[in-house]
Amino acid sequence: MSEKVLVLGSGPIIIGQAAEFDYSGTQGCIALKEEGYEVVLVNNNPATIMTDPAIADSVYCEPLTVESVEAIIKKERPDALLAGLGGQTALNLAVELQQKGVMDAHELKVLGTSIDSIQKGEDREQFRQVMRDTEQPVVESQVITTFDAARAFTEKTGFPVISRPAYTLGGRGGGIAHNEEELRSLMKDGLKASPISQVILEKSIAGFKELEYEVMRDTNGTCISVCNMENVDPVGVHTGDSIVTAPSQTLTDKEYQMLRTSALKIVDILEVIGGCNVQFALDPASRQYYVIEVNPRVSRSSALASKATGYPIAKLAAKLALGYRLDELLNPLTGYTYASFEPALDYVVVKFPRWPFDKFAGADRTLGTKMKATGEVMAIDRTLEAAFQKAIDSLDQSAPVFNEERDAWEHVKKPTDARFFALLHLMRKGTTTEELFAATQIDPFFLDTFERMLSWEQRLAEDTSVRTIKEAKLYGVSDAKIAEVTGTNEREWIKFREENSIKPSYKIVDTCAGEFEAETNYAYSTYAGVTEISPLRAGKKALIVGAGPIRIGQGVEFDYSSVKAIESLQKSGYTTIMINNNPETVSTDFETADRLYFEPLKLENILDVAAFEKVDVVFTAFGGQTALNVTEAVEKAGYKVAGASSETIAKLEDREAFYELLQMIDVPHVPGEMCHSPEEARAAAHTYQYPLLCRPSYVIGGQGMVVIHSKNELESALQEMEQRHYPLVMDQFISGEEVEVELVSNGSEVFIPGLMAHIEKAGVHSGDSMAVFPAEVEGTIRHQVETFAKKIATSINYKGIMNIQFLVSGTNVFVLEVNPRSSRTVPIVSKTAALPLIDWAVRAMVGESICFPEKTLHIPCVAVKFPVFSSHALAELDHKLGANMMSTGEGMYIGETKEEALAKVFEHLPPAGSPACFDEDHDDDFDTWLNTPEAAVYHNEGETEEAREKRVKALKAGITIFSDPDAYRAYKENRKDGSRTRIALRKSVEEEVIV
Amino acid sequence: MKGVIQLEDGRSFEGTASGEWNVPLEGEVVFYTGMTGYQEVLTDPSYRGQIVVFTYPLIGNYGVSETANESATPQVKGAVMWQCSDEDSHYQAEQSLSFYMSDMNIPYLTGVDTRALTKAIRAKGTCRASLSKEGSSPSSVEAVGEVYEVSGEKSEVYGEGDIHLALIDFGWKSSILQKLLDRGAKVTVVPFSQAADIHSIEPDGIVLSNGPGDPKDVSGKLAEFKDLFDIFPVFGICYGHQVISLAYGADTEKLPFGHRGANHPVKDLENGRVFITSQNHNYVVTAESLEFTPLKVRMVNVNDGSVEGVVHDSMPIFSAQFHPEANPGPEDAEWMFEEFFAILRKKEVKAYV
Repeated sequence: MSEKVLVLGSGPIIIGQAAEFDYSGTQGCIALKEEGYEVVLVNNNPATIMTDPAIADSVYCEPLTVESVEAIIKKERPDALLAGLGGQTALNLAVELQQKGVMDAHELKVLGTSIDSIQKGEDREQFRQVMRDTEQPVVESQVITTFDAARAFTEKTGFPVISRPAYTLGGRGGGIAHNEEELRSLMKDGLKASPISQVILEKSIAGFKELEYEVMRDTNGTCISVCNMENVDPVGVHTGDSIVTAPSQTLTDKEYQMLRTSALKIVDILEVIGGCNVQFALDPASRQYYVIEVNPRVSRSSALASKATGYPIAKLAAKLALGYRLDELLNPLTGYTYASFEPALDYVVVKFPRWPFDKFAGADRTLGTKMKATGEVMAIDRTLEAAFQKAIDSLDQSAPVFNEERDAWEHVKKPTDARFFALLHLMRKGTTTEELFAATQIDPFFLDTFERMLSWEQRLAEDTSVRTIKEAKLYGVSDAKIAEVTGTNEREWIKFREENSIKPSYKIVDTCAGEFEAETNYAYSTYAGVTEISPLRAGKKALIVGAGPIRIGQGVEFDYSSVKAIESLQKSGYTTIMINNNPETVSTDFETADRLYFEPLKLENILDVAAFEKVDVVFTAFGGQTALNVTEAVEKAGYKVAGASSETIAKLEDREAFYELLQMIDVPHVPGEMCHSPEEARAAAHTYQYPLLCRPSYVIGGQGMVVIHSKNELESALQEMEQRHYPLVMDQFISGEEVEVELVSNGSEVFIPGLMAHIEKAGVHSGDSMAVFPAEVEGTIRHQVETFAKKIATSINYKGIMNIQFLVSGTNVFVLEVNPRSSRTVPIVSKTAALPLIDWAVRAMVGESICFPEKTLHIPCVAVKFPVFSSHALAELDHKLGANMMSTGEGMYIGETKEEALAKVFEHLPPAGSPACFDEDHDDDFDTWLNTPEAAVYHNEGETEEAREKRVKALKAGITIFSDPDAYRAYKENRKDGSRTRIALRKSVEEEVIV
Repeated sequence: MKGVIQLEDGRSFEGTASGEWNVPLEGEVVFYTGMTGYQEVLTDPSYRGQIVVFTYPLIGNYGVSETANESATPQVKGAVMWQCSDEDSHYQAEQSLSFYMSDMNIPYLTGVDTRALTKAIRAKGTCRASLSKEGSSPSSVEAVGEVYEVSGEKSEVYGEGDIHLALIDFGWKSSILQKLLDRGAKVTVVPFSQAADIHSIEPDGIVLSNGPGDPKDVSGKLAEFKDLFDIFPVFGICYGHQVISLAYGADTEKLPFGHRGANHPVKDLENGRVFITSQNHNYVVTAESLEFTPLKVRMVNVNDGSVEGVVHDSMPIFSAQFHPEANPGPEDAEWMFEEFFAILRKKEVKAYV
């Protein structure tokens, strides 16, 4: 019998722990299976590829807690535990399992880095001791457990000081203090955030260069450094919030090797087995350096390093954990050299973070030691300018605009998400790089690069000769940028290039800078040099457009859809080509599609790849709104788009056309109309009664969507709208329940696996609501929902997958909206119903026949999906549930009944009515309660400023809040004291529920 | 202005020349895949007479500094890059790389698709190339005797440690000397042509330096070297390793393409450890030829299994094909210096001989 390995996942996506663990976890599980191990996975994130039944042998969508994992251990009796792939969550859980004796009780051995080593790396005090013992320099610092100790420390070292709480992810609860007042609040947050009430205070080394090394070590003690990376932002900004280049750009060989040697030494001392990240600060004016941090596990940086070099860290880390040596594992890119080497890059990589502040106007945009980005993009080219330019193009976001220079300086002096753009703005206004260096300590090497990037704006405004355009392309100036500078449009320049045959070349990532022969399918575009690959030779070629960076409203679920679509297409005999720019994901693993193009998702890049490969069909339905938005342009360029045509999509997305369609087929919608101007919006408001639901066009995740109760609110909402948001939809706001369906249609037949009902009333964004699938819905309502859904799909001869949201008010059913693409809930429905929805959708789109199940589906379990908010990173944001989505991820639990699944959702909270809970409706003295150590749950539905403030106060203290009556009721009714829920295993088709 | 690099097989790659190239220049063309360390490469005597292609596209980011010199002047014949920086951003930088190259009269070509060029070199094996205005066929005659160009004329003494070492100069890198000085040695650098003088200076041990080209260029001196090896503890690096092997009757051959760069895995057969090394050599000791010598293979290249180091079966003599002194490249093999000094510091060293 093969050995069984229990793998811990990282749970729902939160800031600081995102899709990179889906990539790492998936790679790891596949590696274990490759070696003949049976994989049992615990992960409650339904949106991932990792929790797909094809990846592990058994997937438990269960809480990542000691109790629940122990129950699974008792049931599965695994031989070993692998925790190094599931981020901080899994590591912390592994440490807890060890401390509580679970590992010993069940004779579970730990694969990879030992718990003892993990603690040496993670526990600040132990870590510092190890560093001191081995003469590795660390910044003057001290472990602090009280404010008085903190004050004593600063008396010794002076301000500013940095605080980093122990055992937290993404720098949660950390920050920088410039004075005693700031220190006081920092200590309070930090001690609370740390599960062991411990923070480390250290002297600030702001202005030092920040470097990272990704190191691998095997059981034999062989160490290699896969990649080093340099943060453009000096020390002080969390590396997850920093713009990063790979390899380092400003280090001499002596500096590079000095830090590399230190990294290897540390990893060797810690006896890491697998991957490890080591972060350094280096004085820009001497050889003085400090070790900042060690992460003895795969991480966001290791995912980035894997994509930057082609070296699959997680996969090899899993094999090292099984006892393999680096010199006996092959480098998969060359196939004949070994994994015990260090990749050489012959291109430059830039990583740029994607922040959520476009959605959160009220959030604190300042960047510091606490990570705030939800995702990131990566770009590859052979000039640094081009790599930067492509990274910016990949953000899928308009650049911030600064009205005044003073405004831009604010972002420069105190780093924010807009700092990079503010720097460019100031450079345009004539600020010198010397001044900007003085303000930011960003290495002049980078500032000069930015200046050279900018110089193209000027040059192109004056000269757009073929020669100049060709040269501009070397430095990554996009067609869209040329259009912007010359006041024309992108398509003109796409045409111009076509006419003058200005085409990008495609080169490959091969880990070895061309030294060895390598047949890889990992390509990037560049104008610097010649194309070295041929278009894939295949009968049928499909291009799958990815979703870009993880952001609120467009998360890892779209990567799930893209990857499943690739699988399905391959099964149908297609050769698949992926284009995407998110380094964290499975879709950008070069082993996923037949070829990967790591590119921005601008029309230019998509069309260039499509033209080079002469693809037969393009899929835009799986990469979220980002991909869907290019459908029309791709069609116009002469390519076949699979599934719904842009015309069909317009019928569903354009409100006027949509309402017309609904009226034609006699499907009711909420009364409302399209408004093309503020005047029309005011007129519409007159026609209907308040409250109204106002939603702008072309946004993701309900951004800017508001419920309007009065004329005043209308006016302030109109103020917020930008030109591109028009037309606005002004609907009557009707209270009721929200029901969703995922359906697959081949044009004539429509399959609906079940209904999903929201716990909260309509008005709460579907991404932020708890939802039950399959939902028990009253017969006539169900009938109406299904009939309407089928009518919509068949009336437009829809082929593919579709999500429809309905509003149920009494006995009336209204259609709210249609998403003619794969949606957030597809993985939840697919996994719970154990149905290959994406596969069916793909087959419908390519015209293959599908046999939908004839009988009504019996789904023997109930899943509850719940949103997860990253309030640890953005505590100042009130997340009163509403129309604008705010959650960064979601979790899912399965039970025999809805109640059982709900109980798991709330299991980590104290039972309602205990002193740990505060109900604004009944309890008094909020402040006193808030300061009690057990304070954990806060209920306040108020709309007032005071209510908002209280909620934020609670959030800052790390407390779970309820701001919606239905969600609160669900908690009160289902979180009962002392009840230990049963674990449920949902296997591919059969299912089993066990006690 | 335009410039061209042309390979022996006729393939050529265009770029921008660093000056008026009225007379074509020729040399063996090699590529370096390390991402840092351009100055160390340019000044390393082992690259004497070669045209070096840098595969990393951005060269010169941190400028040029005296501290990074491996010898006083550049040794390469020419360089090929995608981009050579006119700026320098580093506290130690004294000038930009482009200024330095021009100042030192080293022709270089930029704007070349160095990846395509590297693949062309890889496909054909190490070959000769020319740098010229319009393209020019390089002669296929291999240069010989580069080692005579780089070895010094007379002995020089450095440091004043308690251990006295003779460093036989085949074109030594500064960092080899530095590693010896760091460990408290007094070092007398002796031109290989005057190696016999070492008998009279009576050192505690001998280090054989790196050097350019074919080790058989010094065949005439092998007997003289062996006389020394029979008396003193010996540590050979790169060229020095090849010379030791030849002296004991082993053979060397030219690799189809040499090993260059900062990422070559080497395995120590004594303990199974694998470490990453800096390499730069065209010639290699053949494993079979060691069979009837007192030397045995101690280290091998993980990728192609070639000999990376030998050890004498009864005397304190050992060597490395790679560069334990690093610069450029990883410092993982510094333990070899430790091992050598451990031998030297043992009282019974002389008795052991």
